[in-house]
Amino acid sequence: MPRLNPDNIELAKEILGRYPRPKSALIPLLHLAQEQDGWVTDDAMEHLAELVGCTPAEVLGTCSFYEMFKREPVGPYLVNICHGISCHLLGADELLEHAEQSLGVKTGGTTADGKITLEEAECQAACTEAPCLQVNYRYRYKVANEAFDQLITDLRAGKLDDEIPPHGTLARRATRQHIPADRAAGPAAVDVNVEPVWLSRNADASEAKG
Amino acid sequence: MTDTAPARDEVSTVTVTVNGTAIEAAKGELVIDAAERNGVYIPRFCYHHRMKPVGMCRMCLVEIDTGRGPALQPSCMIECTDGMSVETESPVSKKAQDGVLEFLLVNHPLDCPVCDKGGECPLQDQTMSYGPGESRFIEEKRHLEKPIPISQTVFLDRERCILCDRCTRFAKDVAGDPFIHFQDRGNDSQVNTFPDHPFASYFSGNTVQICPVGALTAKPFRFKARPWDLDQVESTCTSCSVGCRVVIDSSRDEVLRYSGVDSDPVNWSWLCDKGRFDFEYVNDDGRLTEPLLRTDAGQDLAPAKWSYALKTAATAIKGGLDRSGPAGVGIIGGARLANEDAYAWAKLAKGVIGTDNVDAQLDDGLPAAFVLGLPRATIDEVCAPGGTVVVYAPDIKEELPVLFLRLRHAAVEDGVKIIELAATDTGLTPLADSSLRVRPGEAADVVAALFGSGTAPEGVDPTAFFHARTLLAGGARVTAVIGRPSLAESADVAVAAAHRLLELVPSVTFLPALRRANVFGALDMGLAPGILPGRVTLDEGRAHVASGWSLATKELPTETGLDTRGILEAAANGKLDTLVLLGADPLADFPDRDLAERALTGVRTLIAVDLFLNESNRKADIVLPAAGYATTEGTTTNLEGRVTTLGQKITAPGTARADWIIAADLAGHLGGDLGVESVAQLQDEISRVAPSHAGLAAALADPANRDGVVVPVPAGPPQPPEHAVEGNPADPSHRGAAEGAPAEPVLLADGEVPGERLEHELGPDPAPATVTLPAPPSVAAPVRDAYAHRLVVTRKLYDHGTLVQHSPAIAALAAPSSPLRLNPADLDRLGIASGDRVRVTSERGSLAIDVVADSGVPKNVAALVLDQAGGAAGQLLTAGSLVTDIRVETQS
Amino acid sequence: MTITDAPKIVTGRLAAHDDAHTIARYEATDGYKGLRAALQRAPQSITDEVKAASLLGRGGAGFPAGVKWGFCPPGVFPRYLVVNGDESEPGTYKDRILMESDPHQLIEGILIACYAIGCSQAFLYCRGEMALAHERLGEALNEAYAAGYVGKNILGTDYSIDIVLHWGAGAYIVGEETALIESLEGNRGMPRLKPPFFPAAKGVYLQPTVVNNVETLANLPWLMQHGAEAFHALGAENSRGTRMFAVSGHVKKPGVYEVEFGVTTFRDLLYAPIYSGGIRGDRALKAFIPGGASAPLFYEEHLDLPLEAGVVGKAGSMLGSGAIVVMDETTDMVKATRNLVRFFARESCGKCTPCREGTTWLERILDRIIDGHGRPEDIDLLLDVCDNISPGLLWPPKQTTICPLGQSATPSIVGTIKRFPEEYERYVNAPFSTTVAINGAAYLSPPVAAATGGSAE
Ligand SMILES: Cc1cc2nc3c(=O)[nH]c(=O)nc-3n(C[C@H](O)[C@H](O)[C@H](O)COP(=O)(O)O)c2cc1C
Ligand code: SF4
Ligand code: FES
Repeated sequence: MPRLNPDNIELAKEILGRYPRPKSALIPLLHLAQEQDGWVTDDAMEHLAELVGCTPAEVLGTCSFYEMFKREPVGPYLVNICHGISCHLLGADELLEHAEQSLGVKTGGTTADGKITLEEAECQAACTEAPCLQVNYRYRYKVANEAFDQLITDLRAGKLDDEIPPHGTLARRATRQHIPADRAAGPAAVDVNVEPVWLSRNADASEAKG
Repeated sequence: MTDTAPARDEVSTVTVTVNGTAIEAAKGELVIDAAERNGVYIPRFCYHHRMKPVGMCRMCLVEIDTGRGPALQPSCMIECTDGMSVETESPVSKKAQDGVLEFLLVNHPLDCPVCDKGGECPLQDQTMSYGPGESRFIEEKRHLEKPIPISQTVFLDRERCILCDRCTRFAKDVAGDPFIHFQDRGNDSQVNTFPDHPFASYFSGNTVQICPVGALTAKPFRFKARPWDLDQVESTCTSCSVGCRVVIDSSRDEVLRYSGVDSDPVNWSWLCDKGRFDFEYVNDDGRLTEPLLRTDAGQDLAPAKWSYALKTAATAIKGGLDRSGPAGVGIIGGARLANEDAYAWAKLAKGVIGTDNVDAQLDDGLPAAFVLGLPRATIDEVCAPGGTVVVYAPDIKEELPVLFLRLRHAAVEDGVKIIELAATDTGLTPLADSSLRVRPGEAADVVAALFGSGTAPEGVDPTAFFHARTLLAGGARVTAVIGRPSLAESADVAVAAAHRLLELVPSVTFLPALRRANVFGALDMGLAPGILPGRVTLDEGRAHVASGWSLATKELPTETGLDTRGILEAAANGKLDTLVLLGADPLADFPDRDLAERALTGVRTLIAVDLFLNESNRKADIVLPAAGYATTEGTTTNLEGRVTTLGQKITAPGTARADWIIAADLAGHLGGDLGVESVAQLQDEISRVAPSHAGLAAALADPANRDGVVVPVPAGPPQPPEHAVEGNPADPSHRGAAEGAPAEPVLLADGEVPGERLEHELGPDPAPATVTLPAPPSVAAPVRDAYAHRLVVTRKLYDHGTLVQHSPAIAALAAPSSPLRLNPADLDRLGIASGDRVRVTSERGSLAIDVVADSGVPKNVAALVLDQAGGAAGQLLTAGSLVTDIRVETQS
Repeated sequence: MTITDAPKIVTGRLAAHDDAHTIARYEATDGYKGLRAALQRAPQSITDEVKAASLLGRGGAGFPAGVKWGFCPPGVFPRYLVVNGDESEPGTYKDRILMESDPHQLIEGILIACYAIGCSQAFLYCRGEMALAHERLGEALNEAYAAGYVGKNILGTDYSIDIVLHWGAGAYIVGEETALIESLEGNRGMPRLKPPFFPAAKGVYLQPTVVNNVETLANLPWLMQHGAEAFHALGAENSRGTRMFAVSGHVKKPGVYEVEFGVTTFRDLLYAPIYSGGIRGDRALKAFIPGGASAPLFYEEHLDLPLEAGVVGKAGSMLGSGAIVVMDETTDMVKATRNLVRFFARESCGKCTPCREGTTWLERILDRIIDGHGRPEDIDLLLDVCDNISPGLLWPPKQTTICPLGQSATPSIVGTIKRFPEEYERYVNAPFSTTVAINGAAYLSPPVAAATGGSAE
């Protein structure tokens, strides 16, 4: 069942605990579901609806708004070729054409071996490195056609697996934020109108000083 | 809440210039509304004045200048401020509006000729007034699968959708059922449900009504008629006692659609799907079209002529009178009838036949005198910002759905605090500020404890309890919704709880939550033991009513008669000669099925007046077809006591007659004369004879009273409240005085006769005082033995009742059967799994039933839905017991 | 040339060190000194200092940060800080660098801002597609918590705050501050209407909320250490301190350069050897975008304008997000325009009719023109559709929509039709004359009318 597995339920609870309102955790939890299954399944969305306290229709409403969430399976490597204006000026269209030919798929498609899904993407904030692309959101700069082909060969051979985790993993576990319980200030409850302690106390102190 | 009260008082006005004309607007009023009030209509699609504005269609863009030069602003989002200048027709405003319209049409299919909305479509209308109509868009339009069902009753055509967010906002903000939502983004945006999760909302049909194009259509109306072929009449929905105002659309003598009317005090244009879609029963082929008679016992019912059927009925009644006297006749039912029908039947029963064994309720409500004597509140009073509402009632979402919407708005938007006392979770629970789980039988004690200083009563969650206590101690105005939360609990429990609340908060007013269509009108008209028309008791009102009916006092019953339970018991014991079922189905609706069965067998003659055959009236000797909703005129009364008109739109099936005509005909055959010839004449007579309804006919005729008149009718013209109806000191009867004031002075009396009273309006005699609250019953719930579960029996919106089942669009929404629900912990304790079949035994009977876990049911309680198809509940309940305990055992 | 030796306020550390993202390097290079300084002071005095420094927001709108902080209604708590790290405006590349390469500087900036404003929680909203930034920020936050810089009782004081790293998921519009807030609440990122939803008054959960850009906040540690005076000493007019500009497109040395704000000119940035070094192949400049895809195009005659917000605004465009995209003479302006318009059409949230339908319609007309099916009347149609989205075709633009996205699709169309009519004529195979009036400064020719300070050579 592609609901969240027990480990991820634990993590989901930790994430939920950071927000004043549970629905705020929805996008991070959708990422978690996508990390688990490689895409966001209907079952996962129903599970998230339970976790954040809304209807599945609302979860789908959010999920479907955002480009990164895939509601159908994609290959373990999602190759996004940037077609933003800077990349456009420096050959993005040509790179894309080359990619379609060499992979034998149109944008949006997945290669016959199921490994690679090709997409066009809007500006990736690497404009000075045009044309650029991302594989599972890891950058490749100034990509020439040959470099693209080499990249695909390496991906298929699993040579880049250390650098590029499978689709869905945005941050590896060790690098995720983890707020230790003894250090947490805690989420700021919405309906408790109290002024933060330091705001006035320091003012007093400075008045005293002045 | 204390800080909102003064703010409401300082309503200030501002001056705004609209197209060069200065107008007054309330501070905070939206520009679009202020302009419309002053005759300037600004086009719109997303804005709907019963919902929060979103400002996203951009159709209402106008130039607004607040001193910094004109700027295009959505008039549905901008509040009026003093000195603001608005140009709705300036070149820039027009350009923007025309641009938006063209953009909307870019992807709209323009399939108006085959669209249900064609002819009443805002998009079409505005396109017509926009001009050329030649689109400059030459690319291929968006294509999506044509109408997809999003629920059992509603279809969605996404090609036509203009993404105005009305349906989705309604679903989330008004109904609280966000099962439809925007999906995808930008130009690919669409409204849809989650796969395999239909738009299962009791209120889904409203989205069809508010859709500004033909994207949402209702299954029962699709392709039925073109809007310009429709005839319309305003009426009131009689599916429950909320009394939502509707428009009935018909074509070629067939009802085709109900739509909600924006009645400010009542339904705000909303309807529930049961009310909206049960019109199908009106046209149903199964309607009774001619009288039916059983000539010999054991024979089938066979068609008969009216004259013969009426004569047979009269003969039977007369025979019974001869044998057993008036007390040998009983009449059950009448809550389906219009006020005028109910009045005629009350007059027939009490004035002609002379029996007081009359009851419009089936032991599923509250005692008539209690209901009539309660200090009443209106829906607006209950929902007024800043108040606290105590609820001890049936599940309001299931039984009075649009009242639920009003309460939802009050709680979510206006900060009204709801304190719910309920045996299990209900549809209202998520909205309640504090929801207390009260064990059956113990409500009055919990009410007392809420005002005491002690600890929380056993079984009541202390946090919720103390929160409720704090709320009640806060000094906010308190109103209450009181009803019969469970058919397994005697009405006495609710009555005692209400009394306790009144003792502790003397200013409290009540909205009684009885659900049957016109049960309040029936009680007002005297279809209850011990009650005469006009909310007077038999004893107090005898002289007044007798003289109004031109009878001698002694011709009216001398003693208070039996209620439904008493009538059925008498029938079961062979003590009742003739039983009339006036649109009643005791086998399905009376909580104690065994007693109902014995009664129907035990009675000598069973006469039924109804729209359809049902389980009970199939056993009748004489069945008379009634005309019913949409085929007759009259008035109906909602739970506030608001009297509104019913519209006649089509002719009755076959030879079916209005209920009042049947009463008059029967009276004639019995040698009496009701002296009524028309609905109008009945209304006049009611205004004259029924003390609480004095002046009603004139008030209803006043066009200012489109939303109906709350009885007792306030006296007018402008008078201070204390001059209004008196008689029941507990009754705050000046409600609505301001807008409901009739043009002609209508005076009502409490015994004394002011000099200038008009004979015509007063009736022949001084009017008696209306019913006062009877003394509280004493209730002490028996101790539940440790192995038993205390039973709760409730109803659902969609049931197996006649009207729902004869409305195909909603019939299938009734659950096929209802399992017993127990707390998961109890299931564990009993070693039973959810889904198992168990044996359940009460004092009354024993049966096998499926059980499911439900954490909304507290421990030691068992919950069941009254299943009208002869389900379990009726077999377990004993009429009259205070509570019902059951044992649950594994089937071995 | 006005190349200055202004300090690198936000990029100094990362330019000098490969490991600037580690806490060790950060602490070794004055890290968290600004926070320590701030904690010695009254919060209000920090807001005042930021006001005095004239630190303009670096996210696009260029609103003074200190003034914005002051808009939170008094007495209403909790207040939240939302860090806008959604960087998605085409051509923009600066916040990602700061998040990936110097995350502690941003964290320190957040801590200073929250302390000054009185925020009870901060959300760092990082664009979804920036996986490395998620990792670097996650690690940096974990280190900072462990070291006592973030969380409960920061550095032993009564100041406590959590910074929650929040990941976006791909939607440009979420960079708009009210959409960012919707998104942070778990909803579709659709902007809210202002009024009534000004974030400072009604933001996250309808509580007072300050939304600041990553680069804006990254200035604070330096500002706390060196003071408003030192900051204000750099730059001109309201544009003070330094600013990061990403120069991309047809230049020899594309790159992200932190330069003195307000005085450095476009010519410096595009041609100076230490910056972009001129147009590739020494070709002629055809046009450049001075501030992200939403900004109207500038041309040769604008090169000597200083990078000063007011000046650029008067000249008919904006510095926006600090993204300069350079197009040389070989550029097909119709295709470049289609590229820009397509971006806005695809990134429209879908809420407003003119944006949802209008931008897509524009894209499809341009597609048709480029595919060889254009008609002369399409040019008028393009302009009139633009006019229906942004009435009058003015600068600053009027908009029929809730947020400026819809209207942002129009300047490139209007500008290129005005400036390069022959390119459109070539596509539609016929000359055209337009009947739609174009009024705005950006679209006037020659468009330097209102510019000051610039002199051609
Ligand atoms: C369509 C649109 C997209 C935007 N995208 C971003 C963005 O990616 N990053 C950003 O910081 N600001 C963006 N902004 C500006 C923000 O709305 C907001 O002004 C800014 O985050 C405030 O921070 P600042 O005052 O520190 O600049 C965008 C605005 C609009 C209208
Ligand atoms: S202008 Fe476009 S992106 Fe902005 S709110 Fe409207 S539809 Fe959404
Ligand atoms: S009616 Fe005002 S924007 Fe839609």
